[in-house]
Amino acid sequence: MSPTRFSGTDRYVATDDLMMAVNAAVTLGRPLLVKGEPGTGKTQLAEEVALALNRPFLQWHIKSTTKAQQGLYEYDAVSRLRDSQLGDERVHDIANYIVKGKLWEAFTTDVQPVLLIDEIDKADIEFPNDLLHELDRMEFFVYETRQVVKARHRPIIIITSNNEKELPDAFLRRCFFHYIRFPDRETMERIVNVHYPNLKKRLLSEALEAFFEIRDVPGLKKRPSTSELLDWIKLLVAEDIPPEALRGDQHKLIPPLYGALLKNEQDVHLFEKLLFMSKRKKD
Amino acid sequence: MMTEFFLRLRKAGVPVTLTEFLTLLEALSQRVTAHSIEEFYYLARATLVKDERHYDRFDQVFGSHFKGLETLFDEMIGAKVPLEWLHKLAELTLSEEDKQLIEALGGWEKLMETFAQRMAEQEGRHQGGSKWIGTAGTSPFGAYGYNPEGIRIGQDVSRHRRAVKVWDRREFRNFDDTVELGTRNIKIALRRLRRFAREGAAQELDLDDTIQSTARNAGYLELKMVPERHNAVKVLLFLDVGGSMDDHVQECEELFSAARSEFKHLEYFYFHNMVYEGVWKDNRRRFNEKTDTMTVLNTFGQDYKLILVGDATMSPYEITYPGGSVEHFNAEAGHIWLSRLLRAYPNAIWLNPVWPNRWSYIPSVQIVRDMMGERMYPLTLEGLEQGIRALQRAR
Ligand SMILES: Nc1ncnc2c1ncn2[C@@H]1O[C@H](COP(=O)(O)OP(=O)(O)OP(=O)(O)O)[C@@H](O)[C@H]1O
Ligand SMILES: [Mg+2]
Repeated sequence: MSPTRFSGTDRYVATDDLMMAVNAAVTLGRPLLVKGEPGTGKTQLAEEVALALNRPFLQWHIKSTTKAQQGLYEYDAVSRLRDSQLGDERVHDIANYIVKGKLWEAFTTDVQPVLLIDEIDKADIEFPNDLLHELDRMEFFVYETRQVVKARHRPIIIITSNNEKELPDAFLRRCFFHYIRFPDRETMERIVNVHYPNLKKRLLSEALEAFFEIRDVPGLKKRPSTSELLDWIKLLVAEDIPPEALRGDQHKLIPPLYGALLKNEQDVHLFEKLLFMSKRKKD
Repeated sequence: MMTEFFLRLRKAGVPVTLTEFLTLLEALSQRVTAHSIEEFYYLARATLVKDERHYDRFDQVFGSHFKGLETLFDEMIGAKVPLEWLHKLAELTLSEEDKQLIEALGGWEKLMETFAQRMAEQEGRHQGGSKWIGTAGTSPFGAYGYNPEGIRIGQDVSRHRRAVKVWDRREFRNFDDTVELGTRNIKIALRRLRRFAREGAAQELDLDDTIQSTARNAGYLELKMVPERHNAVKVLLFLDVGGSMDDHVQECEELFSAARSEFKHLEYFYFHNMVYEGVWKDNRRRFNEKTDTMTVLNTFGQDYKLILVGDATMSPYEITYPGGSVEHFNAEAGHIWLSRLLRAYPNAIWLNPVWPNRWSYIPSVQIVRDMMGERMYPLTLEGLEQGIRALQRAR
């Protein structure tokens, strides 16, 4: 038997409210919509749920051109046209040109899968509405072959959004919703720990100190996120930077390798300017 | 208890629907949670709130509604659940949309029946556990080793629990879009402006789709169109700078300069407190490089939409009298210039960074608002949205 409750994994830190949202969605068989700043672990969540509950994992990554229909299936008319010109026998069976989409795949796995619909807000505003019927009924009709595809198991569906577009109300009503808040210090410590279990305590604490300080710099275009912090720590370890070097004292105001945290040129300038000013104040 | 919670949420502006409320009940009946009021809070939030902007309102209602009610918490999820109060609830709160939904599901009675049935099934599966329907007073928590000590809430906090409840911490306060624009919501504001920019865009031929559709259509040509990326909404933006606006200028500029690339036509000008005969494009050179307001009026056609951004906070003389300006001698009164603008651009709004509940105390704001025909909106995400909506309803 696969476990039915999610409580994070040894690679992924889930807060209590996130666990609740996941478990509610799993138990009731409704989609879970997850939003949050970039890098807050939205995409990884679905993978971890699959891992923890021991389910197959399917990922449907949405782009601005993605249509709902592509999740069901596509009819490859162009290949068929070509085959007919080449006199290929396959041409007589239309089923040869039906290409299954992710939702179809998710409907036909042997055990209940986890389906990630990543970055749904990238698509056209009608996209979510176009999927309502299929998500409600867990079936769809293939016109070309006159066949009904029914879900063998109601997939666990996790949907992420970066808030680029608002999603339609009818769609939202059917989902559970969770907003991943940017991790507080304690949570962040746990996250870093699962990635670097052997990190020295002092280095961790100094790095977090510096990280949250930088995040607090007003006016940054892109505040560093979890992924940037993890990258930075990786560099610190690789370069064998001692914890003292991260201290914001007079001599070393600029944390080493801070380029990993600030990627936007304007932000780097802003940051340097601020440091310069605060240094002058102190002198 | 729960009905009232539901109603209070709606009253506080959290757009909860009956569907979602039923989902919450279903989740409770399927024992997604049963351990503590904290878990109940998380579950209710994930079920009822679909937008982080509403988290804070939810927290406030939750906090005040369930304050000091640890015993009632049992009762609430315990015994006297659904039928009668759901009926009552339905009468009170159903929107047209809800009604249609219920119709689609086979009518209210049918829905209730299914619901009751589902709960009964649930009951069967968990036999032995505490009762859900019909049995008064039994706590569903007993079987789970639930300890009432654990859920103390309100001021009476037990020693080993966190001092402040999650919902009382109000961590989502700045996600509420009725608060003023800050660095975070500026991004969202931008997206809304962008959407505005794209709306009503002309159509262009979608070649890929046309080929696909034509092939599908056995070779008969089938044209497919998509909206063009940029669009035609034309905007004239007038920004108040200096004086009392200093606090807000940066956020306004940031907002609109970032939006600029999205609009095919966005023209902006600065003014100080009130629009007079001259406006300027570069704030550093405001005293020597003025543009005649008349020229602006003659250059940009009626199809431009006018957005004025300012706190409209000044002495009334600056609006009503010639020579009232604080900065120069104006031959004609400000209100004459504003009327001219509004006549030239009937489709106009005023965005005001001043908190709306102060508007009625500032005479100049009243005057300007009157002149705008009430089309003054706070410079918040919500206000911006309302303003844009007003602009879209052509006059
Ligand atoms: N709670 C967490 N536990 C462990 N690792 C985390 C957690 N949150 C974020 N991370 C790490 O941060 C990085 C970014 O995560 P992920 O790509 O899932 O974020 P995202 O929210 O999908 O971002 P985006 O919005 O940019 O797509 C990954 O390396 C992930 O391992
Ligand atoms: Mg992602």
